[in-house]
Amino acid sequence: MPIKTIAGVDVEVTDEGFFVDPDQWTEAMAPELAAEDGIAELTDAHWQVIRFMRTEQATKGTGPTVRILGKTSGVGTKELYQLFPKGPAKIAARVAGIPKPRGCI
Amino acid sequence: MADKIEKVSIIISKGSLEGIYPGLIMASGARAEGIEANLFFTFFGLDAIHAKRVEHIKVATVGNPGMHIATMLGGLPGMSAIATHMMTKKMHELDIPDIPEFIEFIGDTGTGMYACKASVDMFDLSEDDFVEQVDGVITVGEFYDIAAGGEIIFT
Repeated sequence: MPIKTIAGVDVEVTDEGFFVDPDQWTEAMAPELAAEDGIAELTDAHWQVIRFMRTEQATKGTGPTVRILGKTSGVGTKELYQLFPKGPAKIAARVAGIPKPRGCI
Repeated sequence: MADKIEKVSIIISKGSLEGIYPGLIMASGARAEGIEANLFFTFFGLDAIHAKRVEHIKVATVGNPGMHIATMLGGLPGMSAIATHMMTKKMHELDIPDIPEFIEFIGDTGTGMYACKASVDMFDLSEDDFVEQVDGVITVGEFYDIAAGGEIIFT
C-alpha cells in the first residue's frame, strides 16, 4: 500500500487514497484531504458528515452508503451532494480517514 | 484517469419490478461514485415514474424462467402479487428502498430523469401524469444530446 504524507504525518492509504487504518487519522488532516477532492473549505455541515462517518465506522465496522447517510446523518441527500459533489459517502469517507463504504444502494 | 467512467445514461424499458430495479440501482450507484447519471424511461418503463402506477409495480411471474415455477402456475390469479410480496419483504429486510422511495432518492442525488416522448404519446400520457422528479418528456434525439460523451446502458 502506498504511503502518503498528510499534515506532516506518514499514513498508509489504498490506491484510491482511502485510509487503511482509521486510527491514523486526525482532524487536522481533514482540510488537506478535502482540498485534494476539490473541497476548498470544510463547513460545519461537512464536519457533521465527517464525524458521522467516523462514528459509523467505529460502531459498525463500515461506513454508510449515500442513502443511509441521507436518512440518518441529519444532512439530507440533496445537501450531501452540494457538500460532496463527487459522491458524498465516498468523498466523506476519504476525508474522514475510513475505508471506502461498500454498499450497492 | 482516462479509463474511468464519468457519465452514464440508462434506459429503462420494462415495467416489472425486476425490469426497473437494476436501472435504478445502476443510476444511484453511479451517483455514489460521483458519476453523472441520467435515466430515460421508455415503453412500460414509464410505470416507474407514473405517479399512480409506481406504487403498484409487480414481479413478472409469467414468461420468466428465473422464477422456477411452471408457466401455468405463474399465470394463476394472485401469483404476481404473492411473488412481489415475498420479494419486497426480503428487500425491506436488506433495507433496499421500495420503488417510489428509490425514485425520490435518485432525484435527490441529482440524476436526470426523462420520459420518452414517443411512449408518452402512445400511452396517451402527459407530463402531469409523472412524479415530480421527472425533468421532462424528451425525444430520442434530445436523449442522445443529453447522453453525449457518456456510456449508454439499455435495460
